[in-house]
Amino acid sequence: MSKAVSLLTKRVGKINPQSVEDYVSMGGFEGLKKALTMEPMAIIDEMLEATLLGRGGAAYPAGKKWKQLYNIEGSPKYIVCNGDEGEPGTFKDKILLRDDPMSVIEGMAIAGYVFGANDGYIYIRGEYRLIQAAFKESIEACKKAGFLGENILGSGWNYDIHVVSGAGAYVCGENSALLNSIEAQTGRPRIKPPHLAEVGLFSKPTLVNNVESFADVPLIVNMGGKAFYELGSEGDGGTKLVSICGNVNNRVVAEVGLGHVTLRDLIYDEEFGGGIPEGKELKFFHMGGQSGPIGFPEQLDTPYTAKALKKEGLSIGSGALVVLDEDMCIIDYLLKVCEFFIHESCGKCVPCREGNKQVHNILTKFKNGVATEADLELLQRLSRTMTTASFCGLGQAACTALDCCIKHRRAEFEAHMRGECPHCFPKE
Amino acid sequence: MLNHFSDEQILAIVEENGACKENLLYILLKLQDLSPQNYIDERTANLVAERVGLSRVQMYDILTFYAMLKTKPRGKYIIEVCNSSPCYASKADRVTAILEKELGIKVGETTPDGMFTVSYMPCNGYCEIGPVIRVQGRTHGNLTEEKIKEIIDGLRNA
Repeated sequence: MSKAVSLLTKRVGKINPQSVEDYVSMGGFEGLKKALTMEPMAIIDEMLEATLLGRGGAAYPAGKKWKQLYNIEGSPKYIVCNGDEGEPGTFKDKILLRDDPMSVIEGMAIAGYVFGANDGYIYIRGEYRLIQAAFKESIEACKKAGFLGENILGSGWNYDIHVVSGAGAYVCGENSALLNSIEAQTGRPRIKPPHLAEVGLFSKPTLVNNVESFADVPLIVNMGGKAFYELGSEGDGGTKLVSICGNVNNRVVAEVGLGHVTLRDLIYDEEFGGGIPEGKELKFFHMGGQSGPIGFPEQLDTPYTAKALKKEGLSIGSGALVVLDEDMCIIDYLLKVCEFFIHESCGKCVPCREGNKQVHNILTKFKNGVATEADLELLQRLSRTMTTASFCGLGQAACTALDCCIKHRRAEFEAHMRGECPHCFPKE
Repeated sequence: MLNHFSDEQILAIVEENGACKENLLYILLKLQDLSPQNYIDERTANLVAERVGLSRVQMYDILTFYAMLKTKPRGKYIIEVCNSSPCYASKADRVTAILEKELGIKVGETTPDGMFTVSYMPCNGYCEIGPVIRVQGRTHGNLTEEKIKEIIDGLRNA
């Protein structure tokens, strides 16, 4: 029996993404129509029951976020969609933005209705510029059809969505940095509190959710929070898009019910990753982008859901699942991860800006076979400092992968100290 | 050539694309695309800053913060190689080597005729077709030596 689900992805590849008619013919805007007949608080109740954990990476319960914003006085309120998808190995938001943009528009519109907002913003990374243009077309088409713009579906309520472009900054995926970027500032994160729900975009109360989270909203309104929750399990409701890539036969975006598949299914099942090419062995896998944890073959039977993964020190994060085969050296891989963070650190705080460079220096000693036990100690101390003292999530999570590797594969670090690694020190 | 654009022409482009702060990055990327050397020169930066209500120093901060924006001239065609880990796993190193051999330059350099600049970029979200390069904003994946040569030849004869 197939373990793949097709709810969020049911229209992907089957419709013209810029056609309202196509979208509506496959159930589009039913959620918005229903929402307009409901009390805003009733919608929030459904969101709470759905237990949708934010799909951007932080897994904060969306219903809770909505309720907090609902209880905050002040207007206008802004709706912001985080489409900065920058975690390496993640390409699932791209699928929604490109192939089913109106599901995101519909989710943002429902949120707009709940909070009485008149303006929503979607921040799409600069790398997706062709998608930005198509997304703007979709917005225009929705306006023409009366699902956006003035007097939506005769309700007397006006709501518009503005597309904002990024220009190549991973840190802008952090919500407060993203708001700064919309405001034409450098995309450096803000200090919290105050939370964005209180002081957000243009210093007004603001809701920021991920693309996939917004696309889930019409589903929740349509089927009800309870039914949505039951698609998942263990306090982790709904389905999830997983971007599977790296050394697998099928590099795809899969949709699965949370907790209904294991990591082994995702990597090896024919309908998902389809196993490792050339019959090679799995060495490790990296979850949720560069800031996420690394897992190993002995953890493959863990169900893909927040609670079970947490027990293993793993997490879903952005939904990336990058698979690495036996030919990849862990040190080499960690150096790549570290280079990424050096490039993307915004430079605001010392632990992140300088820490990543030092991690790189020490890892290079391992690669060159000149590291000692003291270097391994120092690496761990650095990691603790960066995790505790960095200003935002970027620096705090930069050593997650490193920590996992030291915890589970200390022997590979020790082997490098002795100059043993088939990759770094090939024998003639 | 953008550098030969008059102030009025630059401002017209800013206007066309909605001259406001929210559209700033979009406008800058657009102007950079129109520039024959793929960068934002000082005059353009100052004009845009004044029009959208930013100081020059704020504008410089922005131009140097966002990786896709450049303040120094580059080649006519920009070839960017993804060097994030998913592409690395898909042997992006080979792509770099082929490009360097074919163009006779190292990553970060521009060919002497000013035609090509090769640089690295972080993951741009096309991991399903890695290893990828981005050429003039378009992503090409599942690269082989033949395919890379084809792309370069296409640009040479453009």
